[in-house]
Amino acid sequence: MFGVQARVVAGITLRATMGRKRAFLFAIPPLVLILVTVALKLSHPERASWPVDILGLFGLTVVLPLTALIIGTSVLGAEIDDGSIIHLLATPVSRAVVIGAKYAVACVLTMAFAAVPILVAGLIATGGATKLALGVFVGALAGAVMYNAIFVMISVLTTRAIAWGLLYALIWEGVLGNLVAGARLLSVGQYSLGIANSIAHDSSLNAALGLPTALTLGVLVTVAALVVAVRRLASFSLKGEPA
Amino acid sequence: MSMIELSHVSRWYGNVVAINDITMTIGPGVTGLLGPNGAGKSTLLHLAAGFLAPSRGELTVGGAASWHNPGIYRTVGLVPERDSVYAFLTGEAFVRATAQLHKLPDPEAATRRAIGIVEMADAQDRRISTYSKGMRQRIKVAAALVHDPPILLLDEPFNGMDPRQRLHMMDLLHRLGDQGRTILFSSHILEEVERLSGTIQVIVAGRLAASGDFRAIRRLMTSRPHVFMVRTSDDRRLGASLIGRPAVTGVELTGRGLQVRASDYGAFSRELAVLARDQGIRLRELLPADESLESVFAYLVET
Repeated sequence: MFGVQARVVAGITLRATMGRKRAFLFAIPPLVLILVTVALKLSHPERASWPVDILGLFGLTVVLPLTALIIGTSVLGAEIDDGSIIHLLATPVSRAVVIGAKYAVACVLTMAFAAVPILVAGLIATGGATKLALGVFVGALAGAVMYNAIFVMISVLTTRAIAWGLLYALIWEGVLGNLVAGARLLSVGQYSLGIANSIAHDSSLNAALGLPTALTLGVLVTVAALVVAVRRLASFSLKGEPA
Repeated sequence: MSMIELSHVSRWYGNVVAINDITMTIGPGVTGLLGPNGAGKSTLLHLAAGFLAPSRGELTVGGAASWHNPGIYRTVGLVPERDSVYAFLTGEAFVRATAQLHKLPDPEAATRRAIGIVEMADAQDRRISTYSKGMRQRIKVAAALVHDPPILLLDEPFNGMDPRQRLHMMDLLHRLGDQGRTILFSSHILEEVERLSGTIQVIVAGRLAASGDFRAIRRLMTSRPHVFMVRTSDDRRLGASLIGRPAVTGVELTGRGLQVRASDYGAFSRELAVLARDQGIRLRELLPADESLESVFAYLVET
């Protein structure tokens, strides 16, 4: 898995992703999160209810999916869009290695740009290494792993990955997840919350799923998404000339 | 080992047939894949390169089916048409990355060799984003050659090149073909193709319209009038006597000389000189006006 081919793919992916101007976008959501946290800390130093809201509602359900969306859809999607992926694919490198390396880069970047800022915000908000701060951090790490599998898969399936990813994050998780109980069973946001809550034990996080369910479904969804991504990449086709 | 073989290959998109029942075998040497835009050249190259599944028929490259088989890239090098490369890499880093993806035992040596073949050593430490179109094309060829493949596929390699870059690329493909590699390239740049490859596969509207030596194909089309431009010391008098010959079907006086349509290529060539000498007319210039692929296409599309 970590042979020379995976290292080359990961290296190119990292440079391509961080080199684009888009990379500045990664920094905006976590920056907003930390700024809002600091502002709240300064204005409401004594109230105890806002840290859960900002970390759970904003951090885990907005900053995390948004960052994962931008990163997860660009590690592979950008190369598919501009056609440079052909130089990777016209070599005997296994398609699983291509997906694996790019997915790993997306996970690490999402952890750096979302999970770590969420931990920082948690430390500021709760004033130390509390259960809540650690819980949302672990939830965000798990969320990075799950969200990116889905967004990498979407970027192989469609050229409008950002749009479909937003639809999933906003409509499915945001609206249906709140209205329909069944949708929560297929929502990465709920898995992250369940995992976060297993450490934080805070009812205000509104975690609908217990740890065993969240973990089992999270692993299943992640593996399934990656398998689909590898299969679709193996059938990568170039369009013919316009007739 | 280095053959590209198609057997009754078709490819369609919905109701649109891009490639229609093509059977061909391409062996060592340089072969041009020619046809008007939209004829299916790119589709055929993508099929051969394993980036498109045939709807019907069988296609093997180096003896193995190319679809769903990344193993073929050990024997195949592909130079895609699109100009997108990892522009933030230097030329050397790009070729070396490709060598590593091939798991070559000595990627550095392979990179030096490939860059040497395309004569890009001077520019190899510059970022690809600073390269001209022709240089990008050459570094793509270097990457495609880094594992020394017996088969090289190039999609429109002359697109966007200036004449000097074109000559350089043609020279390079010639050399690679002479080394015994199978070189298949697509193009609609006609004059260069005539010079570059003796063997052509002409694709028109998804079908293999002609196959073999370019000039032989042209001469086979005896039923179609050949057009010549003749400049002489007395165009009008020569025209008058030419129109009396059975091999000639039409004569027109133009500002640039006499335009003659001949139904019989051989007979006209023999008779013209005799006729001019008998009349005491001096022949200044004789040019085949339509000995280009453009006219071959036009003819093939008509029939």
